[in-house]
Order: sequence, then structure tokens, then C-alpha cells
Amino acid sequence: MKKEDLPQDPGALDKFTREVCYVKNEDGKYETALSKGWDVKKQALDSAWEEVNERVEEARKAVASGEKSPVYYFMELRLMDLPVLSGYTGIFPFFIKRHFKPSVFKGLSERKLEKYARAFDITVDELKNFKG
Amino acid sequence: MTEPLAFGMGSGLFYIQIPFLTVNNGPAISFRTMPGAIFKRTCKSLGVEVTRKKFSNPAAAEAFLDKKVKEGVPVGCQVGVFHLTYFPKEYRFHFNAHNLIVFGEENGRYLVSDPVMEDVTSLSKEELSRVRFAQGPLAPKGHIYFPEKIKPITQDMIRKGIVSGIRRNVRDMLSIPGNFAGVNGIRHTSNHVRKWRDKLGLRKASLYLGQIVRMQEEIGTGGGGFRFLYGAFLEEAAAYLQDDRVANVSEDFTKAGDMWRASAIKMAGVYKGRLTEQKDFEEIADMMLEIRLVEKEAFQKLSSLKLGK
Repeated sequence: MKKEDLPQDPGALDKFTREVCYVKNEDGKYETALSKGWDVKKQALDSAWEEVNERVEEARKAVASGEKSPVYYFMELRLMDLPVLSGYTGIFPFFIKRHFKPSVFKGLSERKLEKYARAFDITVDELKNFKG
Repeated sequence: MTEPLAFGMGSGLFYIQIPFLTVNNGPAISFRTMPGAIFKRTCKSLGVEVTRKKFSNPAAAEAFLDKKVKEGVPVGCQVGVFHLTYFPKEYRFHFNAHNLIVFGEENGRYLVSDPVMEDVTSLSKEELSRVRFAQGPLAPKGHIYFPEKIKPITQDMIRKGIVSGIRRNVRDMLSIPGNFAGVNGIRHTSNHVRKWRDKLGLRKASLYLGQIVRMQEEIGTGGGGFRFLYGAFLEEAAAYLQDDRVANVSEDFTKAGDMWRASAIKMAGVYKGRLTEQKDFEEIADMMLEIRLVEKEAFQKLSSLKLGK
């Protein structure tokens, strides 16, 4: 990439930090230059976030309609998947899947709820009383 | 010591699509080896002894770090990004192969040098402990590393390190067994790309492409999936080895990097919703095959230079 081709499209990191790129200068030698961002990257990131927001919204609806438990919603909200949530809570994925059912979720012990709440960075009350 | 030099001596350039594993609901693709491995190899060829440690107990991990910081040793930590407070929200995914350096303590907060940030930042003890014990794929488990013994570095050592780094990288890219790593890994992914549209539907397929672009451009430095960084390394290496042939191969990697970026622009067309046809996916796949050829030839050239031991 030539130095003058380095994109300077303000992205998520704008006003925060700039990134180092290795570019060719006029003599065809490599040097470092700072870039503010690149539209192609920005859109990749944006579309990833769109997807996340959509998943969260769907999860919220599922909780509101009584199909899924709040555990499912907060997992999506915190961008987690089963292995990650399992890592933070120490509960096996098999059981977490069960806890997605509202009927099973209702009977969960305080200890388990606390584990989930800690993983999601919320209080037990918030977790219990989330209605979608 | 410069960044490209360290990257090249540690044989950093790589390509792999890890089968079955998904990261953030997308394919797990990497354009480099694990940073720990790059660091380890570079230090080894420079005669620096590095101690690395993992912990199962966060309290013990913190106590050990405190001790090292008091001794004035800069300590590298592998961390997860999701709970990293100074990161902008947009970047906080569950990504566990981020590295930062703790080099001091002030008012109960650690002084942190992060490669993403231009300035020094700080983290409280709880915050650092949290990111060091992030969970998920490649969980850091409090992984830290620090130099133990540092000997003076001679020009000769650097030259030797460069040569062995290149040789190892040639081996990794050309003759690694299996079809999902090295230059063949690019073909593997390319074959997948062809099928994604039919198999996953347009929406998911475009998200997968977005994931490739993010792995290529966001993670780490230089852009073009580290190809520019490697080009810069070969240019420096040519000066050290006084060998113009190496500088010529550097051009090939610049070309590969440019092609990766061109393919990223094409992929961006897909996830922007501008390109939707199967033939666009075929074109992307073809571009990747071309990249594979360029990289393969470049490494074969490097291999045939017979740089000696």
C-alpha cells in the first residue's frame, strides 16, 4: 500500500487513538503512518453490531412472550455464547440450556442466580424481575 | 529492535481457519500465529530468557504480579477485551488474545501500556484481575510473561534470528500438514466462501465475510492481514543480511497485502448489501485463490534463496 493511499475515514477509534499502518513511501521503502480508520473496516464492525442488536432484540421478545428465561436475554446482551457463559459461571452448557426455559429458571437456587448475575454484571433482582 | 523485526524473527505470518470453532458466531480465522509464540521465538533467538506463568487462582495471580511490579520488571499480560474499561464499547467483544504490559503502580492503580492506545493508561486491581481471568475460547487464565535475563544483543544474533525466522515461516506456510492452515488454508476458506451463500443464507454469509475482514484489518497492526508488516520485516532483513534478493520478495508480500485489502473492499460490498449474487461470492473466492498463489510463490522464493543457517 502506498502512503498516499492510506485511508483516513474517521471510525470508532476516532478522537480516541489512531492506528499504526505500514506503508510504502515515495522511495518504495516501508515506513509507519497513522490512520484514523477505514470505511471497509468500519462497516464490518457496524454490521457485526447490527447483528448483535438484532439478536438482543429477538431475545428480548422471546422473554416477553414467555419462551425464554432472562438468562438467555442477558447472555445475548453481553455478547456471550454457551461456552463463554459456562466459563464465567462454572455451570455446564447442558444445564445453562435448561435454564433458558422459564419453567426451570423459576426454580433456580439463589446461589445459581448469583452466579449468573455476577457473570452479567447485574443484581439478582434485575435478573429475576426482567420481563422483556 | 523494531516491530517488523520482532514479528519476522518470531515467524509471525500465518493463515489458519480453525475447524469447528466459532468466535462471536463466525468462523475462526487468523492471519498470524499466537502472539505468545511470536514473542517466545523472538526472545529465544535474541538470547533473552522469558518466564511465563499461568494461574488458577486470581488472588495468587495478583500477588505475583504485585511482586514483579515492585521489583521493577515490566510484565506482559494476556487479557480478554470484553471487560477492558478503557476500550471503546464498539470494540469490546469476547476476544481473549489481547496483550498489554504492566510497568508500574500508582495510587493503587496499575500503569498499563496497551498497543492499541497511543498514551499510557491505567487499570484498577479489580479491573485487571477481571480481564486476566476472562473466559471463553483461548481464555488467558492469568497468563503473564516477563524477561528474566537479558544479554547484550549482537548483530550476528539478529542475523541468525532473521534467517531462522524466515525458514520457520516458510515451513509453517508451505508444508504444514492438513488443508486448513498455511497457504492451503486460504484455499480451504475460499472453498467455504463459495458455499456460504447457499448454505447459510445471504445474511449470515455476509456476516461471516465481515468477520474475515475484521480478523484481517482490526486485529493487530499494519493492515492487510499482517502482510505489510512482513513486507517491512523483509525489507529490514535485507539490510541486515545485505541481500537484495530478500528485498525483492518483500515486494511480493506488499502485493499480497494489497490484494487482501482489495478482497476486503469486495467483501464490504457484500455486507453493505450492494453485492448479493452467487457470482460475487465466486469472485471473492477466486481473489483468495490468487492471493494464495502469490503468497505461495513468495514463500517458495524465500525457500529457494538458501539463506543458510
